[in-house]
Amino acid sequence: MSLVQSVDNVAMLPAYLAAGTAVLVLLGDLLVARPAVTVAVAALGAAGTAAGATLVGTAGTRRTFCVGDDCSWVWGGRAALVGAVIALLTLGVLALSGPLLRAGRTPVGEYCFLLACAMTGGVVLGAAGDLITLIVALETLTLPLYVLVGLRRGSLAGAEAAVTFFVVSVVATTVTLLGAALLYAVAGTLHLDRLGATLADRADLTDLPLTGVAAALVVAGLAFKVAAVPFHAWAPATYDGAPLPVAAYLSTASKLGGVVALLAVVQRALPGDMTGPVLAALAVLTMTVGNLVALRQRRTVRLLAWSSVAQAGYILAPLGALALAAGRTGDARTAAYAAAVAYAIFFVLLELAAFAAVVALRPADGDGGTLADLRGAARRHPWVGGAFALALIGLAGLPPGLAGLFAKVTVVRALLAGHAGWLALVVALNAVIGLAYYLRVTASLYATPTGAAAVRPARTVALALGVATVAAVVIGFAPQLVLDVAAR
Amino acid sequence: MTFGQVLLVAVVAVPALGALATAVVPGDRAGRVVGTVAAALTLLATLPLVGGDHGWFGYGPRPAVQPWHQVDLPWVPGLDLRFHLGVDGISWPLVVLTALLTLLCCAYTLWRVPTGGGSGRALVALLLVVEVGILGTFLALDLVLFFLFFEVVLLPMYAVIAGWGGADRRRAARKFALYTLFGSVLLLVGVYVVVAAAGTADLVALTGGAGLSRGTQLAAFTLLALAFAVKSPLWPLHSWLPDAHTQAPTVGSVILAGVLLKMGTYGMIRVAVGVAPEGARWAAPVLGVLAVAAILIGGLVCLAQDDLKRLIAYSSVGHMGFVLLGIATLTATGLQAALIGNIAHGVITALLFFLAGAVKDRAHTGSLADLSGLRETAPRLAGLLGFAAVASLGLPGLAGFWGEAFAVVAAVRRGGPLWLTLAVLAALGGALTAAYFLRLLRRVSHGRPSPAVAGLAPGLAGAELTAWAPLVLLALAVGLAPALVLSYASGPVEALLGVVP
Repeated sequence: MSLVQSVDNVAMLPAYLAAGTAVLVLLGDLLVARPAVTVAVAALGAAGTAAGATLVGTAGTRRTFCVGDDCSWVWGGRAALVGAVIALLTLGVLALSGPLLRAGRTPVGEYCFLLACAMTGGVVLGAAGDLITLIVALETLTLPLYVLVGLRRGSLAGAEAAVTFFVVSVVATTVTLLGAALLYAVAGTLHLDRLGATLADRADLTDLPLTGVAAALVVAGLAFKVAAVPFHAWAPATYDGAPLPVAAYLSTASKLGGVVALLAVVQRALPGDMTGPVLAALAVLTMTVGNLVALRQRRTVRLLAWSSVAQAGYILAPLGALALAAGRTGDARTAAYAAAVAYAIFFVLLELAAFAAVVALRPADGDGGTLADLRGAARRHPWVGGAFALALIGLAGLPPGLAGLFAKVTVVRALLAGHAGWLALVVALNAVIGLAYYLRVTASLYATPTGAAAVRPARTVALALGVATVAAVVIGFAPQLVLDVAAR
Repeated sequence: MTFGQVLLVAVVAVPALGALATAVVPGDRAGRVVGTVAAALTLLATLPLVGGDHGWFGYGPRPAVQPWHQVDLPWVPGLDLRFHLGVDGISWPLVVLTALLTLLCCAYTLWRVPTGGGSGRALVALLLVVEVGILGTFLALDLVLFFLFFEVVLLPMYAVIAGWGGADRRRAARKFALYTLFGSVLLLVGVYVVVAAAGTADLVALTGGAGLSRGTQLAAFTLLALAFAVKSPLWPLHSWLPDAHTQAPTVGSVILAGVLLKMGTYGMIRVAVGVAPEGARWAAPVLGVLAVAAILIGGLVCLAQDDLKRLIAYSSVGHMGFVLLGIATLTATGLQAALIGNIAHGVITALLFFLAGAVKDRAHTGSLADLSGLRETAPRLAGLLGFAAVASLGLPGLAGFWGEAFAVVAAVRRGGPLWLTLAVLAALGGALTAAYFLRLLRRVSHGRPSPAVAGLAPGLAGAELTAWAPLVLLALAVGLAPALVLSYASGPVEALLGVVP
C-alpha cells in the first residue's frame, strides 16, 4: 500500500476556485489597491466557483481523500448544488454591498477577502464526507462572518453584534466537536457513511447512553448555526447590528450552511429514531416561537431575522417526520431530505430578494431602520416595492409568490408521505401566523407615504434584486427545476 | 387542441393577461377599459363551453365526473400537480356567473371608482386576478391545482378590501385574509392526506373514494369540510364575513358574496363529498345541525342589524346555511337545491350589494336609523331594492325560492327525527328571512324621507342600470325556469350520488 495518497484534483476544483478567489482578492487589494478591481475579482471568482461547482457536479460523483471505501471529499449532486448556491449567494451579497463599500466606513479589501473565505467554507461543506471536515468547513464559513459583522468602523451596534455572534458560535462549535469526539469514542470512525452503517448494524451501540448524548450534542451544536429555537437568541441581535449585506449573507448562505451540515449528519451518520423526535421538537418550537415573536417586531431587520428563525423551523420540519416509524421507510426519508433541501433553496432565494429590497430602499450606509421608515415605499419605488412585496408574500407562502407556496407544499407533502399529519398541521397553522406580519409589512409598503424623500437605489443592488426576483418568478412557475436538483 | 380545450385555457388565461395589460397600459381610464374588455372576452369564452359532449347516453360503468371538455397537461410531477381543467354541469353555471359578475363589476368601475386612495385601474386588475382564482377553482380537476387556485384569490381580495374599502377596512381585510388562509392551509393538509393515500391528485379518478380507507376518508373530510366551512362560511366560522362584506367597496362585496363564497360550497360538493363520500356520510348530521344553526342565527342577527350592508352580509350566512343543509342531506334533491341556491344567492346578493352601495353613495350613510322614505325621493332605487329583497326572502317565482324550499324538502325526505327537526327549524329560518327583509323594506323604503334621503335625485345612472339589469333578468329567469341550472346539473349530481355509500 502506497503511503502517498492520490488526490483527485478535478473533484477539488470548486474548492480551489473558491480559495483562489480569496487569495487573489487579498493580493489584488495589496498590489493594485483599487476598490473596483478588488470587488471585480471577488465577483468573477464567485461566478467562476459557481460555474466550476456545477460543471464538476454534472459529470457524476467524484471522491477523493479515501480510506478504503470511506471518503472525506465527495463531490456529487448535493455538493454541486450547495457549492453553486453558496457561490451565487456570495455574488448576490457582493452586489448588495455596493453602497456600503462606497460609503467608505468599511475596508473594501478585507470585506471581499472575508466574504470569499466564507464562500470557500460553504463550498467545502457540501462535499464533506467526515465529521471533522464538516465542522472545519462550517467554521470556515462562519469565522469570517464574526469579523464582517463588526467590520464597520465606529459602529457600536456592529461590535456588540459581532461579540454576541462570536461567543455563541464558538460555544456551538465546541459543543459539536465534543459530540463528534464522543461519537468517535463510541463507533471508532468519523466518516459519516461509516458512522451511519456502524450505528445501524450494532444495536448495542445505539443503546449506549453515550451515543445518545453524543448525537444530542452534535445536533444541538448545529442547531445553533441554523438559529433553531432554543438556540436562536443570537440571531436577531446579530442581524440587526450587522451591516445589511452581511445580515443578508447570515440569513441566506450561513443558514444554508447550517442546514446542509445538519442534513449531512442526520441523513448519513445518526440513526433516524434518535434524531427524529429531537428534530420534530426543534422544528415545532422554532417555527412557532419565531413566528410569534416576529409578530411584535417593529424593526425591519429584526422582523426578517425572527421570520428567518421561523423559516428554519419549516426547513427542519420534514426531518421531523423521521420521528415516526412510517417516516423512516426509504421513500419517506428520501422525500423528507429532498423537501428540506428544496425548501432551503426556495427560502434563500426569497430571503435574498427581501434583503436586496431593504438595501435598495434604505440610505447607502444605513441600517434596516423601522417598519415605519418603509411606509409608502412601494408608492415611491413601484418596482422595488413590488419586488419586496413579492418576496414577502413568497416567504408567507401565498400566490403570487408561487415559489414560496410550492416550498410550503413540498414540506407538507413530504410530511404527509411520512404520515406525520400532526406536524403538517403545525406547519400549516404557522403559515397563518406568518401571514399576519408579512401582510403588515406589505400593507405598510403600500400605505400613504410620510415625508422622507426617495433614495435612488444603487445599480448593482437593483440588478441583484431584479435577478433574484426573476429567478423567484421562474422557479415559481417551474418548481420542478428545484425539486429535481434537491432530490439528487 | 380542440376548440373546447382552447376555450378552457382561454377562460383562465384571458383574465390573467387582461390583469397584466390593465396594470401596464398607460392611463387610468384606458386601463379600466382594457380590463373591462378582458372581462367581457372571458364571459364570451365561458358561454360556448356548454356545447360539449354531455355524454349521459353511454353504457356500462362510468366515472363519477364526466367533464364536457378537459385539458390535462403535466406541470410539477414532483408535487403530483397537473394542469387539469374541465367543466361539467356542476361547475358551468358557476363559471358563467363568475364571468358575468366580474364583467358587471369592471363595467361599474368604469363609471365610478370607489374612494379610498387606490387607482381604478389597479382595482380592475385585482378584480381580474380574483376572477382567475375563482374560475380556476371551479374548473380544476386536479386536487393540488384546485388548492392553488383557491389560494390565488386571497391576497388580491385582501388588497381590494384594504385599498378601496370603508373606514375600518384594514382590520376587516386582515381578518378576512387570516381567516381564509386558516381555511386554505387546512385544505392543503387535507389535499395531501388524500394524495398521499391515493397516489394521485386526479379528481376524476378520486371521486367516489378511490379505495381510500375509512380512517383516511374521515380525516380528509374533516379537514376539507373545515376548510370549505370557513370559506362558505358555516356558523361558527363565519365571523370574518360581516366585517369583510361591510368594509369592502361595492364591487368587492358583490364578488365576495356573489361568487367567492361559492368556492366553499362548490368545494364541499366536488371535493369534500366527492373524494371522501364515507366521511361525508359520517359527518352529515353535524353538517346539517351547523347549517340550520347558521340559518337561525343568521336570521336572528339580521333582525337586530342596524346597518344596510351588514344586514345583507349577515343574510348571506343564513342563505349559505340553506345551501349547506342541502349538501348535508346527500340526496339528489338536496344537492340540486344547493346548486341552484348557489346561483340564486350569487345573483340576488350581488344585486342587493349593488343597491346597498348605490344607497350608501347617495345618502352617505348605511344606517337604517338614518334612512327612511326612499320610495318618496328615489322610487326606482326603492323599487329595485324591494324586488331584490323579495327575491332574496324566497318568494316563489323568483330565484331565491327554489334553493331554500328544496333544501327543506330534501331534509324532510331524508326522514328520521333529526332531519325532520332540522327541516322544521330551517323552514322557521325561512320565515325569519322574510321577517328581516320586510323590516328592512319598512325602515328604508317607507315612512317619511329622512334628512339623508330627502335630497336624493330620483334618477339612476346608465351604468347602474347596465350593471343591474342582467341580475334582475337572471333572478326572474332562474325563478321562472329553474331548469336553466338544474337540467345541466342533474346528470353529474346523480353520478356523484352513485358513488356515495
